[in-house]
Amino acid sequence: MTTPGESASETWPLWEVFVRPGRGLSHVHVGSLHAPDEALAVRNARDLYTRRSEGVSVWVVPAAAITTSDPDAKGAFFESPAGKDYRHASHYSASNGVKHL
Amino acid sequence: MTASVEEQQFTDLIAADSRIEPRDWMPDAYRKTLVRQISQHAHSEIIGMQPESNWITRAPSLKRKAILIAKVQDEAGHGLYLYSAAQTLGTSRDEMTDALIAGRARYSSIFNYPAPSWADIGSIGWLVDGAAICNQVPLCRASYGPYGRAMVRICKEESFHQRQGFEILLELMQGTAAQREMAQESVNRWYWPALMMFGPPDDDSPNSAQSMKWKIKRHSNDELRQRFVNMLVPQAAVLGVTLPDPDLRFNEATQLYDLGEIDWTEFHEVLAGRGPANAQRLQRRRDAHDDGRWVREAAAAYAHKMAAKPATDTADADVPNEAAS
Amino acid sequence: MSVASADVAEYATWLGDDSLILAQRLGELISRAPELEEDVALGNIALDLLGHARSLLQYAGTATAQNEDDLAYWRTEPDFRSAHLMEQPNGDFAHVIARQLVSAHYLYELYARLQASADLTLAAIAAKAVKEVNYHRDHAAQWTLRLALGTDESRRRMVAALSDVWPYVDELFRDEPFIDRLDGIAARPSTLRTAFDAAIEPVLAEADLAVPRGFTAAGGGRRGVHSEHLAFVLAEMQVLTRAHPGAKW
Repeated sequence: MTTPGESASETWPLWEVFVRPGRGLSHVHVGSLHAPDEALAVRNARDLYTRRSEGVSVWVVPAAAITTSDPDAKGAFFESPAGKDYRHASHYSASNGVKHL
Repeated sequence: MTASVEEQQFTDLIAADSRIEPRDWMPDAYRKTLVRQISQHAHSEIIGMQPESNWITRAPSLKRKAILIAKVQDEAGHGLYLYSAAQTLGTSRDEMTDALIAGRARYSSIFNYPAPSWADIGSIGWLVDGAAICNQVPLCRASYGPYGRAMVRICKEESFHQRQGFEILLELMQGTAAQREMAQESVNRWYWPALMMFGPPDDDSPNSAQSMKWKIKRHSNDELRQRFVNMLVPQAAVLGVTLPDPDLRFNEATQLYDLGEIDWTEFHEVLAGRGPANAQRLQRRRDAHDDGRWVREAAAAYAHKMAAKPATDTADADVPNEAAS
Repeated sequence: MSVASADVAEYATWLGDDSLILAQRLGELISRAPELEEDVALGNIALDLLGHARSLLQYAGTATAQNEDDLAYWRTEPDFRSAHLMEQPNGDFAHVIARQLVSAHYLYELYARLQASADLTLAAIAAKAVKEVNYHRDHAAQWTLRLALGTDESRRRMVAALSDVWPYVDELFRDEPFIDRLDGIAARPSTLRTAFDAAIEPVLAEADLAVPRGFTAAGGGRRGVHSEHLAFVLAEMQVLTRAHPGAKW
């Protein structure tokens, strides 16, 4: 299932834009834009989403190329982590107060 | 059965002040309201470029010219952020653009007023953007995620828009007699239309109540209008301009300003597309769209040719003949 | 900022006017681009060029105790030094791109060279500008490819635009006598031509466009002899400011 809003009928396809705000940080989704191809998409992204020095790197991805988890099975899809508190450090209380743990 | 579970989930998310995201189930009316509101907002940004871009070539100093270009450019950007948010609801930008240029979509009627004077660039920034910011800040918390996120970005960028408008007027008011007159004349024309930007009075605003229930809207029209005037009065004093409302006075009892009567007949006239510049604004957008068609098609055609082609050095390929392969 | 000598001021005016007039032309386009994304892109380019113009005119003004606005708004046509290329009307998008392709390639070679100028102010302006016009060069090249190789209509328009713009190329590389006095300071125009050709020809080749042959426009902008278009550009640009002598904005 592709990203919401992608439409095959448009003259220029939709691209999702991700910007790395600074070195040491991950690219974060900032929005989308239209462009005829990847070369112009990345340039449009630079012009549109980094006018105020918001980024040091830009990714563009065709909206049609993104696969998302199935929303109808949302509950089931993300059920597994629930009840597995032992994945989190906060689960371990017997060691409270012991330093450098 | 499932629909009601989903509906309950939606209601719970709204109640918990959480956000609705694109793939969530949502009532049709919620989706429709959002598409209507976001696309109208996007169109307003795009049409709103025109009265100001008309002054780019005539800006009276190079500094003002640069500021104005940056501002009009921001408006194109804001339109794009908003179209992108609306598109997540399943309406493509092409559809929204078609609706706009066919005259089927609304945009803020404020842009149907002409901007014949340089001072109007000041008034648009101070009054029109000021009113817009009052409307928009609460929208950063709109229940629909992509809309709220677009608004956060827009509000952050827009903070300079109102200031630059205020400073244009300030410079005029501290200037020659002709400049002061230019500023006051412009404020006289824009004050009332700016107040009308908050929409009809609460008792005459059919969609407001539902939008507030859905937390798309957080404050009523009258509430925001009042808040705006309260900010405006001291700012007008700093500028030295007179707000053109003889009935405007501070009410000790309510600690708010009492406003004169707003001419809602004019509002409905302009809203119905009978504003002075309505036809002109739409024609310009239509022309840009039509004149650009061959360019958009050329770029799309080029992309198809490149995608169809095996990865060879493009400089060596004989492109015109390759379309047949 | 140091004070420019009369010759350096003349040279800075020459460069500043090119950028100012080109920015003014691009400014006409904003809200009229073929797509909204392109409005933003052209806006960025116009802002870059206007920035260069302001720095250069401000520097030129130091010679006569004038500021950037005195020079932009209160000079008349014969005192402008813009090349005819920059004065050409926008026309369709292909003409905009053809003018951008030529001007950005020229400006790139110019600023690349000027970074090493013995005049430190010019060198500093060039060092910032060269990065920006490099992007303009790329923007124009990308669009040249798409228009030239896109559809039959876009190709026809791109070919026509290039041949309309090309007569104005020569003027950019013509030396004027005062340049002799700016050895080590100015980038002598005639010496930039080889690098310009070497950079632009591969773009044209990739777009399957031949270098147009035909007439060479007389030019004369550097001596204050302008195309018919400049008077209209200036009339519009200066109209408000001149109605209010002495006013601040």
